[in-house]
Amino acid sequence: MKRFLSGNEAVAWGAWESGVRVAAAYPGTPSTEILETLAPMPDVYAEWSPNEKVALDVAIGAAYAGSRAMAVMKHVGLNVAADSFFYASMTGLEAGLVIVNADDPFMHSSQNEQDNRRYAKFARVPCLEPTDSQEAHDLVGVALDISEQFDTPVMLRLTTRISHSSSLVELQGTRPPPRQEKPSYRIDTTKYVMVPGNARRRHPVIEERIAKLAEFAETFPYNRMELRDRALGIVSNGVAYQYAREVFPEASLLKLGMTYPVPAKTLRDFASQVQRLIVIEELDPFLEEEIRLLGIPVEGKSIFPICGELDQQVVRECAIKAGLLPPSARIPVVQPDKGQLPPRPPILCPGCPHRGTLYVAKKLGLVVNGDIGCYTLAFQPPLGALHTCGCMGASIGVAHGVAKAGVAQHNVAVLGDSTFFHTGMPALLNVAYNRSNTVTIILDNRTTAMTGHQQHPGTGRTLQGQETVQVEFEALARAMGIQRIHTVDAYDLKAVETALKDCLDADEPAVVIARRECALMPEARQRWMPLQVNDERCNGCGLCFQVGCPAIVKSSEVDAKTGRPKARIDPLLCTGCEVCAQVCARRAILFRHQLAQDKEQQE
Amino acid sequence: MSKQLTDELTAINFLLAGVGGQGTILASDILAGVGLRMGYDVKKSEVHGMAQRGGSVTSQVRWADRVYSPLIGLGEADFFLAFEKLEALRHIEMLRPGGTVLVNDYAIPPLSVSSGNDVYPDKERIERILSTVTTRYYWVPAIALAESLGNARVNNVVLLGALSHFLPHVPLEAWLESVRERVPQRFTDLNEHAFLIGREKMAGNG
Repeated sequence: MKRFLSGNEAVAWGAWESGVRVAAAYPGTPSTEILETLAPMPDVYAEWSPNEKVALDVAIGAAYAGSRAMAVMKHVGLNVAADSFFYASMTGLEAGLVIVNADDPFMHSSQNEQDNRRYAKFARVPCLEPTDSQEAHDLVGVALDISEQFDTPVMLRLTTRISHSSSLVELQGTRPPPRQEKPSYRIDTTKYVMVPGNARRRHPVIEERIAKLAEFAETFPYNRMELRDRALGIVSNGVAYQYAREVFPEASLLKLGMTYPVPAKTLRDFASQVQRLIVIEELDPFLEEEIRLLGIPVEGKSIFPICGELDQQVVRECAIKAGLLPPSARIPVVQPDKGQLPPRPPILCPGCPHRGTLYVAKKLGLVVNGDIGCYTLAFQPPLGALHTCGCMGASIGVAHGVAKAGVAQHNVAVLGDSTFFHTGMPALLNVAYNRSNTVTIILDNRTTAMTGHQQHPGTGRTLQGQETVQVEFEALARAMGIQRIHTVDAYDLKAVETALKDCLDADEPAVVIARRECALMPEARQRWMPLQVNDERCNGCGLCFQVGCPAIVKSSEVDAKTGRPKARIDPLLCTGCEVCAQVCARRAILFRHQLAQDKEQQE
Repeated sequence: MSKQLTDELTAINFLLAGVGGQGTILASDILAGVGLRMGYDVKKSEVHGMAQRGGSVTSQVRWADRVYSPLIGLGEADFFLAFEKLEALRHIEMLRPGGTVLVNDYAIPPLSVSSGNDVYPDKERIERILSTVTTRYYWVPAIALAESLGNARVNNVVLLGALSHFLPHVPLEAWLESVRERVPQRFTDLNEHAFLIGREKMAGNG
């Protein structure tokens, strides 16, 4: 059967059809939909783990236990899981293990654009790369076969454009029948206990393994030579192959479905048949360097950029500049002089519960050591309330370091509920243990919001919809030795301010849990009710604009006295969170109960 | 190949641009479904994650005998569906000179505008800029039409209906089937009406 699937959906289907029994992940763009697609399928266990390292350990455990397993993460997730990635390479496994890794060229939703093929080489793990959804589907099973044949984890590397592009996929629609009996756990301590003595014996084994894989790559069917005009030979991989195919329809191509290890003989053969050899690849000159190490003259990043994404436009322009294509190959474009257009970066949504808390933090003049999540967006004006963001879970450690170094201002750590569980917990433990007066604000919106509302250990539900424990931040902080803990409604600015002031005045570790579900959750949507501005009271002071809510816009009506435009609320956007109403000094923005009263009076 | 892709009558590139949360992804799903029903090879590309949070977003759909790149390059969009006026300006150079652009007559002022640091371009300026790329630009009062059906949120499907007027080789049923396939069942009627009202609006203008 043929289905139109995104690369991520195709990977989920590929995993199901090839008999993956256990899959674990932490949500992260662009990889999130893989487990969401797999979770409802029959006879498979899928979980959101608290972070990628745990997810990979879970998958490794399943593969040790003789079941096919998959761990899924975005590129920076593999930084978190790197320790596990390396030991899994050392030990090998009892059944197939595929690590699906989604890189994010151009950083559509990431803090860096690291090229994780480097990790594959670093850990001696083979790396497969699909060029479309069909291959994304097929290569999961291929990866598991290779994993079992060579006793190695296998990386399946996607990029944003593979993950989030859709194309037709031929599906099998079937899966190997489930096992009737549980297999006995095979004990092999020399292979699986990585003490130095055993590890020293394993290292030559994995070096030999990668040499054998390089041999295997020579006949690997997803490495494909397409010989056409011999004047130009292009080595390419992943989505870049599609751009190469489109821009150079006549050129000879070597498409590499396995980018580590590379097939030396095939590359030499291809290079000998073409006059000029180039590599078209996104991000690092990975293939280019591998080819150069073989002593083959090749060009790549001298023509195409390292930074950002490629597309046919970029490839074509670079090729024209390098003399690979005539200027007549250029697609006609009209680029009108538009002047300066107002930018439209992503922002906190109308009704976002983070807005009020961060507004208070700004009002109190706090230095905010932030983290990864929707709230990161509060760094922008007019809110401008977040001052650092590096990686998942960094906020609390950084804030503790700032506090220990000592600065004139008060500083706080701010992170979300899911991020707290991810890597915030050990850092809070450190604050409690090493006693800094760090105030940690947990923005508890009851979900993993940025990636599209995934469950986590605080929501009481699992990925597959089971009811489960609901971890309480208060109890957790208390158990770590923190006594000063406040839980407040994130929509209640006064309560947030009182709690924060109490913590800032104290000379001890403190936690403020600002709780309110994400405004986009279905339950929250049901309570949406647009507020209104009372035109007579509004004098255009502009205080409400400082809240940074897209639902508050400048009215065409100008206040006669001040000459400033009054505020207007877009009823299509406003959810009725009342943060702006609390900020308004003239009580010109009507609260929900006032609107309800007005309505009653009218009736 | 790309040259032929845009020049052949059968190959069509669609660009959809709007503000995160406006329903561009649903619209591109429907558009992909229509292409598949017509027997095209189809690729679709879209943005998830952070950019969806009220930021400028695009989706791209390509129909051809064989599609390679999932993206559309500058000057390669045959049809440009702008869900918001400022976003029409932002991405207009993606349009093939002389291509067709449909603009939702709807403004969502970015924060820099509502906080007074920037000015939202007026209609005259928008038209002046669009007309340097093509004479085939059309305003679609999609919000007003959707509101007339009682739900402004279906303005995305109204826009698709308007687009369908420019693709006479695609039978109406292919559109409606694709709409039905993609929207929740309880909203099927509403969305079909939204589609038809947009289609009729363009036919009336045409």
